[in-house]
Amino acid sequence: MTGAYVDKNYVYAVARIRSAELKLLTRSQLDELIAAENAEAVYSLLKEKGWGTESCRTWEDMLKSEEKKLWELIEELVPDMSVFDVFKKPGDYHNLKAAIKEAAEETEIPEIYTSESTIDPERIRLAVRERNFGMLPPEMAEAAGEINDSYLRTKDGQLCDTAVDRICLEEMVRAGEASDCGFLSQYALLMAAAAVIKTAVRSARTGKSRDFLNQAIADIPTLDRNALIQAAMNGEEQIIAYLLTTDYADAVPAIRKGMTAFENYCDDLITRRMKDQQRESFGLGPIAAYILARKNEMKSVRIIFSGKENGFSDDMIRERVRETYV
Amino acid sequence: MASSGIFWAVLGAALAAGCAGAGSAIGVGIAGRAASGVVTQEPGMFSKVLILQLLPGTQGIYGLLIAFIALSQIGLLGGGAQMNMELTKGLMYFAACLPMAIGGLISAIAQGKCAVSAIGLVAKRPDQFGKSMIFPAMVETYAILALLVSILSINGIG
Repeated sequence: MTGAYVDKNYVYAVARIRSAELKLLTRSQLDELIAAENAEAVYSLLKEKGWGTESCRTWEDMLKSEEKKLWELIEELVPDMSVFDVFKKPGDYHNLKAAIKEAAEETEIPEIYTSESTIDPERIRLAVRERNFGMLPPEMAEAAGEINDSYLRTKDGQLCDTAVDRICLEEMVRAGEASDCGFLSQYALLMAAAAVIKTAVRSARTGKSRDFLNQAIADIPTLDRNALIQAAMNGEEQIIAYLLTTDYADAVPAIRKGMTAFENYCDDLITRRMKDQQRESFGLGPIAAYILARKNEMKSVRIIFSGKENGFSDDMIRERVRETYV
Repeated sequence: MASSGIFWAVLGAALAAGCAGAGSAIGVGIAGRAASGVVTQEPGMFSKVLILQLLPGTQGIYGLLIAFIALSQIGLLGGGAQMNMELTKGLMYFAACLPMAIGGLISAIAQGKCAVSAIGLVAKRPDQFGKSMIFPAMVETYAILALLVSILSINGIG
């Protein structure tokens, strides 16, 4: 980028995003999709709205092409894509889990890898297969080696997943801070805190050991890891008592109701933070909010397609579809 | 030294045109970036966003007007320049031009940022174009006040 002009206020980008937001599906359009007779009818309606490309044959193709369109647009607007690592880190660690299990089981399942990642999935696959973890970035290499050894020894898939998730959450928080965007760092912290709290509560309910908690509980700035592990060892009420002393005291009533209520509380909180970005004309925040809005939209469409294919009622699908950004 | 007034008078005129013009260039430039973003997605929005982009351009015209009035008062336009103008009188011309120079610079940048938000509003809700014009137009008030004070002051000196 030497000599190139970099617009740090993202004025052009935000204005373009504002126009692009007009094409996001509204609540009534989602309702129209839910009311469609079957998955084929949903596919036709989305095609009329410009979703997918001519080469798409299935709804999975359509969603992949929309994901591609999203990142192509963002790459045009933001010269340094590393600011959005927050969204791509989970893809890296999903690929790491897949590679560890694939190598251990000596199988090949290329379709389980996601391309929405900061590291080429093939590089992760090769590093794990050849046990050459130096090929990976330093923050991933050491943990990958340990987790791989532990999985080969124990074949405990859950322990492997939780250990990878822990590193992923810590990396997401770091990526959020590095983005220098208030919205992105808040989003990363909130996602990480929600995952940590859920893991702690579930571990307390199932009586997991301290060793498991040490592997599973991520170290994030807004929660005292040791205090949370200790509380999780002593039961759910102790976790709630601890959370009342933290920034997450408002989430306690939802946690008491159950994990679904807590997940809804977290989703609502993130949606509120996203909607705040509609009032911003400058900066990365509105672009990040648009990325999230499109990802949520694609999740909703995926839910509608699978619901239709599996014969779920419209009401059941409607309950699972996320709130819209527009 | 006593006759260096002409220098201060010309400096005032130059600042009025230069600062207000620079402010307008920044304001129109920033609004232009936003307008380009909208037109990339929706070419049909060109005429609407063009009007919003031009709003911060008026300060540059006001600055030019003040510079013309000041230069003609001191005789640099149309002949009869007061080359031995007293320092006090020159400084008065200088001070008279300052409201337009400072007010023009700051109000044009602020109006440019406001125009960016208004362009975002039009991009999202094209039917709200009329209302979107009002918000950046409010900033114009303060450029006009600066223009009035500068005109009245320059005429008062003459």
